[in-house]
Amino acid sequence: MNDTLMADNIVEQAAAWRAAGRRVALATVVATWGSSPRPVGSQMAVDDRGSMAGSVSGGCIEGAVAHEAAKTMEDGEPRVLSFGITNEMAWEVGLACGGQVQVYVEAME
Amino acid sequence: MKRDILDRLLAAKAAATPAALVTDLNSGLQTLVFEDAVHGGFGLDPDLLDEVRRRIRQDRSGLLVDPQDEDGFRLFVHVHNPAMRLLIVGAVHIAQALAPVAALTGYDVTVIDPRGAFATEARFPGVKLNHLWPDEALAELKPDVRTAVVTLTHDPKLDDPALIAALRSPAFYVGALGSKRTHALRLDRLRDEGLSEAEVKRIRGPVGLSIGAVTPAEIAIAIMGQITCVRRGENHPC
Repeated sequence: MNDTLMADNIVEQAAAWRAAGRRVALATVVATWGSSPRPVGSQMAVDDRGSMAGSVSGGCIEGAVAHEAAKTMEDGEPRVLSFGITNEMAWEVGLACGGQVQVYVEAME
Repeated sequence: MKRDILDRLLAAKAAATPAALVTDLNSGLQTLVFEDAVHGGFGLDPDLLDEVRRRIRQDRSGLLVDPQDEDGFRLFVHVHNPAMRLLIVGAVHIAQALAPVAALTGYDVTVIDPRGAFATEARFPGVKLNHLWPDEALAELKPDVRTAVVTLTHDPKLDDPALIAALRSPAFYVGALGSKRTHALRLDRLRDEGLSEAEVKRIRGPVGLSIGAVTPAEIAIAIMGQITCVRRGENHPC
């Protein structure tokens, strides 16, 4: 069974990766508008090998967030990312869901 | 996230202590707020601190925006509360299905049954077991607003004391396995024990969403669906 399904334990996963010597960024949903698939507080951890745990949407923006997370791992600077997209436009830019979501990305020290 | 904040947050989560991590989205500074302590990178004035603690009690993460500050001062409050709990009374076959389904849903599960032959590690690998009588077990485990209680034994000697204790607690969900007829008899017994009509009406019985469930796993899904509906489904019939 996948432990990260069962509770909000993404911080624990991030800490474990960090303790293993990897660089890690943590992304957190801080605000949503409309039909956003994951609630405020949802988290995703990303490490410097491309491992991901958790989610910040229904699979719509995880790739883009991971890309920005790599920059945060590099420079240590936190980032606030905004994704706002209409359903009609969603396919064209490769995002499969509507709504708007704001994600905070931070590096784990 | 600073090392010190991370360590304190992990310790709080491991100890099931409610906490909120407050992040200044402009600076990235973070402060950890507990009911009785504050640690971290920036100070919060008493009003904001009260608001953060209110959010912890409401289990409500989100932005805190100061309407007086036009520069877009923005704090994000991330509430980390202990897992919701499910107390299952009766280490029966359905409990063997319900315990893992509830764990997958994120609940901290305890199975209560004084009968040693039922509540065994072999039947419930990795599940917390409590061998006290149900009323004593509930007195010890103290169901709160983040606790669901489900009785599954079909035995009034075990189910009834558990239900009485659960109905007198703030548990957000109380369910009892049994047919409509069994349930009607149960309600009569509980009224005789002095429970009010409002109290006995809190029991979900026959337990679970009406989806025609037959097998233990299907009944477990029906029960977990109903618990989820009561918790999340503001305007949905449960």
